[in-house]
Amino acid sequence: MLSKRVIACLDVRDGALTKGVKFVGNQVIGDPIEKAKEYYDQGLDELVFYDITASSDERNIMLDVVSDVASQIFIPFSVGGGIRSVRDASALLMAGAEKISLNSAAVTNPSLISDCAHAIGRQNTVLSMDVRATSDLSACASGYEVVIQGGRRPMGLDALAWAKQGCQLGAGELVVNSIDADGMKSGYDVRLTRMIAEAVPIPIVASGGAGTPAHLAEVLTEGKADAALVASMVHYGEYAIGEIKAYLAEQGIKVRTNF
Amino acid sequence: MAESIIIVDYDAGNLRSVQRACQAVGVQAAISSDPEAVRQADRVIFPGVGTAESAMTTLEASGLDQALKSFASSGRPLLGICLGLQVLLDHTDEGNRSCLGLIPGQCRRFEFADASFKVPQIGWNSAHQAVNHPVLAAVPDAAEFYFVHSFYAITAHPEHVLAQTTFGDQTFASVIGRDNIFATQFHLEKSGRFGLALLSAFAQWDGR
Repeated sequence: MLSKRVIACLDVRDGALTKGVKFVGNQVIGDPIEKAKEYYDQGLDELVFYDITASSDERNIMLDVVSDVASQIFIPFSVGGGIRSVRDASALLMAGAEKISLNSAAVTNPSLISDCAHAIGRQNTVLSMDVRATSDLSACASGYEVVIQGGRRPMGLDALAWAKQGCQLGAGELVVNSIDADGMKSGYDVRLTRMIAEAVPIPIVASGGAGTPAHLAEVLTEGKADAALVASMVHYGEYAIGEIKAYLAEQGIKVRTNF
Repeated sequence: MAESIIIVDYDAGNLRSVQRACQAVGVQAAISSDPEAVRQADRVIFPGVGTAESAMTTLEASGLDQALKSFASSGRPLLGICLGLQVLLDHTDEGNRSCLGLIPGQCRRFEFADASFKVPQIGWNSAHQAVNHPVLAAVPDAAEFYFVHSFYAITAHPEHVLAQTTFGDQTFASVIGRDNIFATQFHLEKSGRFGLALLSAFAQWDGR
């Protein structure tokens, strides 16, 4: 039986590990490679690196980080942030990433999803969507709206419709990130996750809001997510990866505990 | 002289992650697309991601298909990974394509009536060992490995199934092999310590 995955998300700016709350105020909290290695040794299933480097001149720093990670860590990892072309995506895969994660650029240019799926394979093409609750139900019937550019630009695009479209265009996996829940440690948006998980035939990664192992259990069962993303709750040493997985196993959720 | 281990390059994905995993277990492997280098190698690793169709087309155009067949009949150890496993079979439903025919059988797409089983299978799953095999002996039974695939192998002969995995309500062959051929559907280069242990065991295996 397929295990549910615990994925750690590392926001990287200029080669350093950072973390913000609701997408703002990112502080440097460590070295991404050291952290990644620590989590790998604790039995983490997968890693996501988001490159939040502001300037495109510094993209090459990310390629170096990816390359270093790939020579020390032998679990899959994806990289997102600033990918605007098939060429960007290919460079990250060549540096050692398993998958690439498209976000803002896919919203403004949806054919980027199909181009990447064609060039590097569906299974390596992840669509990451940043989503916020909205009361504008005429534009966003699901009650959730897609926001781009790190949470700064609302698009008036329905989150559920975008998830379906992304899947049709060739995304192999969806990361559903709740901006409202991000960094709050008060739990995932289970309703949002479940709504999208039930609507698309590809795996869903729940993101934003994890504060306790019980939050992961909730989104992996009621939320129907295939994987749950953690950040703050592990980055500051509050919980260890092994502790989270032991809790999930106790709850009867199949996770990889022997590694 | 050091043993020559070749990772077959046929434009099918990230070979460097396989090479890095080799380095991590102290094995030097060279990436090559030269059919002659494959024929002469002491050991061959045949990875791959993407579609079986385009993989077979590239293999045939480059002559690597014949080189792999010739290597496989040499008795020297051959390791297939993911798509590298699938194209060892006779045929795949992916693009309705005939493949290398080194292990009798075919590939089919996962089809589930229950929509909660999502294809592709992405993630960690257990490999239940069906036989005693010198390479599999390096890892515990039911160890978990990382899978990414939509098609799965069905071998014509049950004895070619070395380990089995259940995804949704389908149990399939996740490790297949015969004689000097050993192939995994999962990515052992992305499967943590157990994946590296299999790679290391393959590098020491005499092919029998």
